Amino acid sequence: MADRAQPLIRFWPGFGAAALVAALTLGTVLAVALRAEGWAGLTPSDWAAVRFTLLQALLSAAISVALAVPVARALARRRFRGRSLLVTLLGAPFILPVIVAILGLLAVFGRNGLFSYLFGTIGLPAIDIYGLHGVVLAHVFFNLPLATRLILQGWLAIPAERFRLAASLGFASDDIARVLERPMLRNVLPGAFMVIFVICTTSFAVALALGGGPKATTVELAIYQAFRFEFDLGKAALLALVQFTICTVAAGLALWAHVPEAGAPGLDRAVERWDARGSGSRWLDAALITLAALFLLLPLAMVTVHGVPGMAGLGNSVALAAGRSVLVALAAALVTVVLALALAFAVQAVRGTIGKGVLEGIGYLAIAASPLVIGTGLFIVLFPLLDPVSVALPITALVNALMSLPFALRALVPAVAQVEHQFGQLADSLSLHGWARLRHLYLPRLRRPVGFAAGLAAALSMGDLGVIALFADPEAATLPLQMYRLMAAYRMDEAAGAGLLLLVLSLSLFWLFDRGGRIDADT
Amino acid sequence: MKSTLIATGLLALASTAQAQEKPVLTVYTYDSFVAEWGPGPQIEAAFEAGCGCDLQLVSAGDGAALLARVRLEGARTDADVVLGLDTNLTAAAAETGIFAPHGLDLAEFDMPVDYQDNIFLPYDWGYFAFVYDQKTVPNPPESFEELAASDLKVVIQDPRSSTPGLGLLLWIKAAYGDRAPEIWEALSDNILTVTKGWSESYGMFLAGEADMVLSYTTSPAYHLIAEDDASKAAAKFNEGHYLQIEVAAKVASSDQSDLADQFMEFVLTEEFQKTIPETNWMYPAVMPSTGLPEGFETLITPETALLYSAGEAAEIREEALQEWLTALSR
Repeated sequence: MADRAQPLIRFWPGFGAAALVAALTLGTVLAVALRAEGWAGLTPSDWAAVRFTLLQALLSAAISVALAVPVARALARRRFRGRSLLVTLLGAPFILPVIVAILGLLAVFGRNGLFSYLFGTIGLPAIDIYGLHGVVLAHVFFNLPLATRLILQGWLAIPAERFRLAASLGFASDDIARVLERPMLRNVLPGAFMVIFVICTTSFAVALALGGGPKATTVELAIYQAFRFEFDLGKAALLALVQFTICTVAAGLALWAHVPEAGAPGLDRAVERWDARGSGSRWLDAALITLAALFLLLPLAMVTVHGVPGMAGLGNSVALAAGRSVLVALAAALVTVVLALALAFAVQAVRGTIGKGVLEGIGYLAIAASPLVIGTGLFIVLFPLLDPVSVALPITALVNALMSLPFALRALVPAVAQVEHQFGQLADSLSLHGWARLRHLYLPRLRRPVGFAAGLAAALSMGDLGVIALFADPEAATLPLQMYRLMAAYRMDEAAGAGLLLLVLSLSLFWLFDRGGRIDADT
Repeated sequence: MKSTLIATGLLALASTAQAQEKPVLTVYTYDSFVAEWGPGPQIEAAFEAGCGCDLQLVSAGDGAALLARVRLEGARTDADVVLGLDTNLTAAAAETGIFAPHGLDLAEFDMPVDYQDNIFLPYDWGYFAFVYDQKTVPNPPESFEELAASDLKVVIQDPRSSTPGLGLLLWIKAAYGDRAPEIWEALSDNILTVTKGWSESYGMFLAGEADMVLSYTTSPAYHLIAEDDASKAAAKFNEGHYLQIEVAAKVASSDQSDLADQFMEFVLTEEFQKTIPETNWMYPAVMPSTGLPEGFETLITPETALLYSAGEAAEIREEALQEWLTALSR
C-alpha cells in the first residue's frame, strides 16, 4: 500500500495536537482536582443548574437549527448583490463579546428597546425579555448565524451536476427536497445541533443576565460559585466533569445520528436552481433572508449607534490594547489552523470509525471546557515554574485557539476527507507524499475552509476575555479587558466605543481571512 | 537570526538584572485599581518617589478573584501586600494564614463604624445603595418595603459572582434578620434581572433598562464631577445602608518585609487617601486635610451604617445565599 510509506507526517502531528488539547482541557481539570482539599457531592441546587443548562441548551440548539434550515436554503438558491457581505455580517453576533451583545440585544428587545418603543406607540405594553425565552432568544441570536453557515456549507457541497440532472428530469422543489436536500440535512444537522448545544451548555453571563434571576443558573455559574464563593476546588473540578459528560453524551448522540453521505463528487460549479424560479419561492426566500438579517443586524446596528459617539474619545491605551488583541488574534488563528490541519489529517489517516471519532472528539473538548477551570488549572501548573503574568498574552492566544478548534475541525475534517476521496488515489499513483502532498494537493484545495477557520479563530479570539482574568498583565490589557476596565470606571460611552472598535476589528479579520480563502474559488 | 535571538535573550536577562538592583515591592490588587483612571498610577508614582523601590501592581479580577488567586499561590506567592479585599472576605483570608499583622495604630479612621483588626487595614469604604435617575423616578422608595410595594424595576448582581451582589445579601440580612426571605420574595417582582458583575448591571441601568441599579452612594458623584450630570442620585433607605470596607494586608512570607510595612503605613497617609475619592469613587478611610472633592457634599448620608463583623459575615453568607436562591427561584 502506498500510503504506508508516509504515515509519519500524517499521524504524529495529529496525535501531538490531540495530546495538547487533552492536556489543556482534561489535564487542567485534573490539576484543579489535585489541589482540592476535600470532596463534596453535588447539592440539589447543582442539579437544578444541570437541568436548566440542559433545557436551555436543547431549546436554543433546536430553535437555532430549525430556523437556520430555511434561511440557509434561501441563501443557497439566491444570488444577489451584497450576498457575500451579508453572509460575513451574519457571522458577527457569534464573535461579539458577551457584554456588547447583551446591550445590543436589549437595545432592540429590552424594556427600553426599539420594539418596546414601537409597541408603546400603538398602545401595547413593553416586551418582557427576561426569562427562559430571553435566554433562548439570545442564544439563537448568537448561534443562528453559525447554524446557517454550517448548513449552507452542506447545501453548497451538493454538486451542481445533481441539480442539473434533477432539472432535466423535471423535478419540482418537493422532489429535490426529498432526493437531494433531505439526505444532505440528515448528514449536516446532527453536527450543527451538537455544536450549538455544546456552546450553549457553557453559557453563563448571557443566561444569567437575560434569565431574570437565579433560576437561570447554569453549570458554568455553579463552577464560578464553587471557585470564588466557596473556594471548593474539588467541587469546581467535579462540575467541570459534569459539563464534559453532558457534552460528550451530546456529541455521542450526534455521531450516532450522523449518516455519512455517499455519492460521486461533482465538479464544484456554481449551483443553478431551475426549480426555484417561481415568484412565490422567490418572495419566500426574500422574506426569510430579510427577516433573518433584521433579527441579526438590528442589535449590531444599535451597538454601532451607541458606539460611535464614544469612538472619538478613545485614548492611546485603547489603541495599544487593540494592537495587542490583533496580534493575539493572528497568533490564535495560526495555532488553530495548524492544530486543526494536523488533527484533520490524522482523522483521515486513522482507520476505523471509532478511532476517527475519538480523535475528532478530542478536538471538540475545548468548547465543553470551562474557561474558568482551564485558567485555574493552567495557573496551578504554571505558577511554580514561572511568573504567570509574563506569559499572559501567549496563554491567551493558545486558549483562544483551542476554543476555535472545534469550528475549524467542522470545516476541515470533511474537506480533507473530500480531497482524499477525490484525488487520493491519483496522488498515491504519482507518489505525492509528505510535504509535497500537503503543498500541491491539500493546501490549494483547502484554501476555503482554512480561510474560514483562520478568520473565525481570529475573530473569536479578538472578543474573548477567556482565561485572561487570572493572568492579566496590568500593563498589557487586551481590548476586551480594556473595555471592561472602562465600564468598571463608569466610562460607559468610551466602553461602547471600544466595543464597536472590537466589533469592527473582529469582522475585518474574519472577512480578510475568509475572503483570502475564497480568492479564485469561483473559477 | 539565531544571533539576534541570543542577543535579545541576553538583553532581557540584563534588563531583569538591572531591575533587580532596586528592590521590588509586589502589590496584588483588583483590576479597576490598576486601570489608568484608577488610583494605581498616582499611588505608584507617589510611593516610588519616597521608597527607592519599584512598586509593581499586579491585578486579578475583583476582590474575590484576588483572594482565590492568593489562595492558589499559597505561601509561595510573590505578593508582599494584598490590597482590595473587603470585610466579607477577610475571615476566609485570615484563615489561610497567609497574612501577617500590620502592627499599626488604628485610632484615626474616619469611618461610620468602629473598625478593629490587627491584620486587615482599611483604606477606603462606601455604602451600597440603589442608584436611580431623578428624571424618571421622581419619588424614590425610602425602604426595601417601599421598593417591594412599588412597580420600579431594579437590576442587581449575583452574590455568587459579584462583591456588591454579596453586599446586598448581607444588607437585607442585617436589616431584616429572619424576615430576609420574606423581603426577598416581596422584591422578586421588582428584580428585573441579576447580572454576573457590576458593569453589566450599571450598563443596563444607563441604557434605560431598569429604574434603579445596585451600586454605591458615591456613584452619583462620578456623573456629577466627571460628566457634569446631576440627574443621578442614590435612594436613602430608612433601614440603613450596608458598608463595604476595603482593606490591605501584608503577606507573612514577604521577602520585602520592611518595604511592605512602609507601604502599609503609606496607605493611611494623605498622599494615598486624597487620590481615593476621584479615582476609586469611594470614601477615604482617613479624611485628607483638603477634605472631600467638591460634589461629594451632594451625596446622601445614611442614618445607620450596617456591617457584620468578618466572622459573622462568613458564618451568615451561606444561609443568606440559600434564602436568596429559594426566594428568587419560585
